[in-house]
Amino acid sequence: MEIPYTVEPRPDTGLYNAKLGIWLFLASEVMLFGALFSSYVLLRVGATTWPHGYEHLNIPLATVNTVVLITSSVTMVMSWASLAMKNIRRYRLYMGATIALACVFLVIKGFEYAAKFEHGLYPSASTFMAIYFTLTGLHGLHIVGGVIVNSYLLGPGSRMWKTDPARFTNRVEVAGLYWHFVDLVWIFLFPVLYLL
Amino acid sequence: MSEAAPGAHGVVHTDQHAPQGFWRTYVFSQDHKTIGIQYAITALLFLLFGFTLMMIMRWQLAYPGQAIPFIGKLFGDSRAPEGIMLPEFYNQLGAMHGTIMVFLGVVPLAVGAFGNYVMPLQIGAPDMAFPKLNMMSYWIYFVGGVTMLSSFLMPGGAAASGWTSYAPLSVIATVGQTVWLFGMICLITSSLLGSVNFITTIFQLRAKGLSFMRLPFFVWAQLVTSFLLLLAFPPLEAAGVLQLMDRLAGTSFFMPSGLVVSGQALANTGGGNPLLWQHLFWFLAHPEVYVLILPAMGIVAEIIANNTRKPLWGYRSMVYATIFLGFMSFVVWAHHMFLTGMGTVISSFFQATTMIISIPSIIILTALFLSLWGGSIRFTTPMLFALAFLPMFGIGGLTGLPLGLAPADIHLHDTYYVIGHFHYVVAPGTLFALFAGLYYWFPKVTGRKMNDTLGKIHFWLSFAFINGVFMPMFIQGLAGVSRRLYDGGAMYSHAQGVMHLNVFMSVCAWCLGLAQIPFIVNFFWSIRKGKKVSDNYWDATTLDWAATTSPPMAHGNFSPLPEVYRGPYEYSVPGNGRDFLPQNTQAEVH
Repeated sequence: MEIPYTVEPRPDTGLYNAKLGIWLFLASEVMLFGALFSSYVLLRVGATTWPHGYEHLNIPLATVNTVVLITSSVTMVMSWASLAMKNIRRYRLYMGATIALACVFLVIKGFEYAAKFEHGLYPSASTFMAIYFTLTGLHGLHIVGGVIVNSYLLGPGSRMWKTDPARFTNRVEVAGLYWHFVDLVWIFLFPVLYLL
Repeated sequence: MSEAAPGAHGVVHTDQHAPQGFWRTYVFSQDHKTIGIQYAITALLFLLFGFTLMMIMRWQLAYPGQAIPFIGKLFGDSRAPEGIMLPEFYNQLGAMHGTIMVFLGVVPLAVGAFGNYVMPLQIGAPDMAFPKLNMMSYWIYFVGGVTMLSSFLMPGGAAASGWTSYAPLSVIATVGQTVWLFGMICLITSSLLGSVNFITTIFQLRAKGLSFMRLPFFVWAQLVTSFLLLLAFPPLEAAGVLQLMDRLAGTSFFMPSGLVVSGQALANTGGGNPLLWQHLFWFLAHPEVYVLILPAMGIVAEIIANNTRKPLWGYRSMVYATIFLGFMSFVVWAHHMFLTGMGTVISSFFQATTMIISIPSIIILTALFLSLWGGSIRFTTPMLFALAFLPMFGIGGLTGLPLGLAPADIHLHDTYYVIGHFHYVVAPGTLFALFAGLYYWFPKVTGRKMNDTLGKIHFWLSFAFINGVFMPMFIQGLAGVSRRLYDGGAMYSHAQGVMHLNVFMSVCAWCLGLAQIPFIVNFFWSIRKGKKVSDNYWDATTLDWAATTSPPMAHGNFSPLPEVYRGPYEYSVPGNGRDFLPQNTQAEVH
């Protein structure tokens, strides 16, 4: 027997299953990053000295990364909108752009990490570097997860467009919600770690 | 649709499916019933294993420094040379007993097994909302469990810093702690996926007509439990990641400056905060207490309504109390930390919230007690366990109040009183409710009922011995015996007056182990030879009993999906021929 409400929303909740599922998942993600941000606050308040982010970190590179990630959120929305307008060709274009931008972000992040390691700044160097590597590393893993999901939706997963276009559009929407969340986490990380 | 349903017992027949292969049917199944059974079997094995660890520890507590008889030599020289348990091994057993019982035994049984099997049936759903995710939850849990077990084989043995893994002790511990952290991250991930699935299923897949106030209380309990798991576990995951960084990358999140261990200064940078771990840990672990108890309350509510042949007393207030309990459980965590020096202002706040959270628990317990009033009670085996749950959980809850008051906690903190308190909540409380659930839903799963004589032997022996184990702990705790002593307090003069209780408790614990034999025998015997019973053996009203007995191991529980016309507990409605009206009975009573 088919499971109901995989495609059309349930009338009384107004949601299809996956959309409720991803919102719940994102709520748990908020708690995950919320706990880490709280730890950051507690450690910083308790520390005798705490460096300013710009003393150790590369603000121009991070600014570029912020722009890259926000742009990728825009292309993610465009890919979903293209599907809603039944244009699979433009969907591929925008989804490809989203993945490419995410990879650009990871490459720039990689350069930043390498520069830190060159100066001997490992996570063990100070509590500041420890929280920097932990938060950005965990965020980076979330980006990698998003790239994997989006690549699946661009490649083999897109076969569903032929069999069940409405459900495929839903999948892209759900992946998009996750992607915007990952973007949003960076919007918090950037000022907290680099600017404050 | 209207004509589709209810035969004599409100039975809706089950969808038949083409058979799938062995692996897809029994191992990598996506069917919620099979996954529920997988959870149940795995969790029961872990419960037995965790209990065995404790039975070994109880030897050391009763007869400190004497060789463990029969099996002592099997542990090897690194754990128990000449059969005499080393303190390091004792610590490993203690830490792993707690971890296994909570994270691998009780929660997977209460939520993974009962939630998975019963909840979709009770809401009239064809399956969980995300069957693949459900399968993944189970297998990640399984991997986490195997990881935990493997830690016993690591150099230096398993994690030994208590189930709470307080820093900085846990950070400088041997490699078993790293394995513990990886295991925990698996278990947390599994719980998160499961809770997303449970909540979505309850919101989205309720049968037509099944409004929220018509949900069986068990479903409400599972819903609130899932929210707790969803929102409380991520901070522990964060804490686990931070502790892994401390252990593997040499950071100092939980390591204070200038820490000296065994006369040697540690080489970390310092600047961290050991209290941070405690905050993050208890932010999960207090809601976790309600994760342990709420599904148990749900099971007990179902069984009491069914066996008193009466509606639950105060169903609505029970539901509201449960929701309130869920909210409050997020703001009481630091009552575990009154003695950490976090300050009296913070202590006062958490003391107040702790007193407030006892109110909804008492509302639920009172409603369950009052449900017995004037009922013609059927003393079936599940009902005996459910009835025993009420005073046992009552003792557990009431003894918790002095711990929630900061001044009283100064004396009682970290003593055997604490052990007695939370074991009364979880062992004769939750575990009894889980046994009640096993006896109650066994006919639904297998089509046969468990033997009542063996069931009653199991009940009375367990009931007697489990009180023999935990009641003396209050006495020892009040005398000031600390909970983590390798010799049970033998080296302290203030403990001498209550030392003799150790032998009594240990004997009771071993007898409790023997008392489980009737259950194990009954379980396997009844699967093959138990008395065959009808679809709705207990004459129950909820939708799980509207599905056929032993629904096939494939998607689809009902054909067609049932429709709901009434509340969950319409027992003994006047003017009706039978003393129960299943939720999917359409006919109005005149």
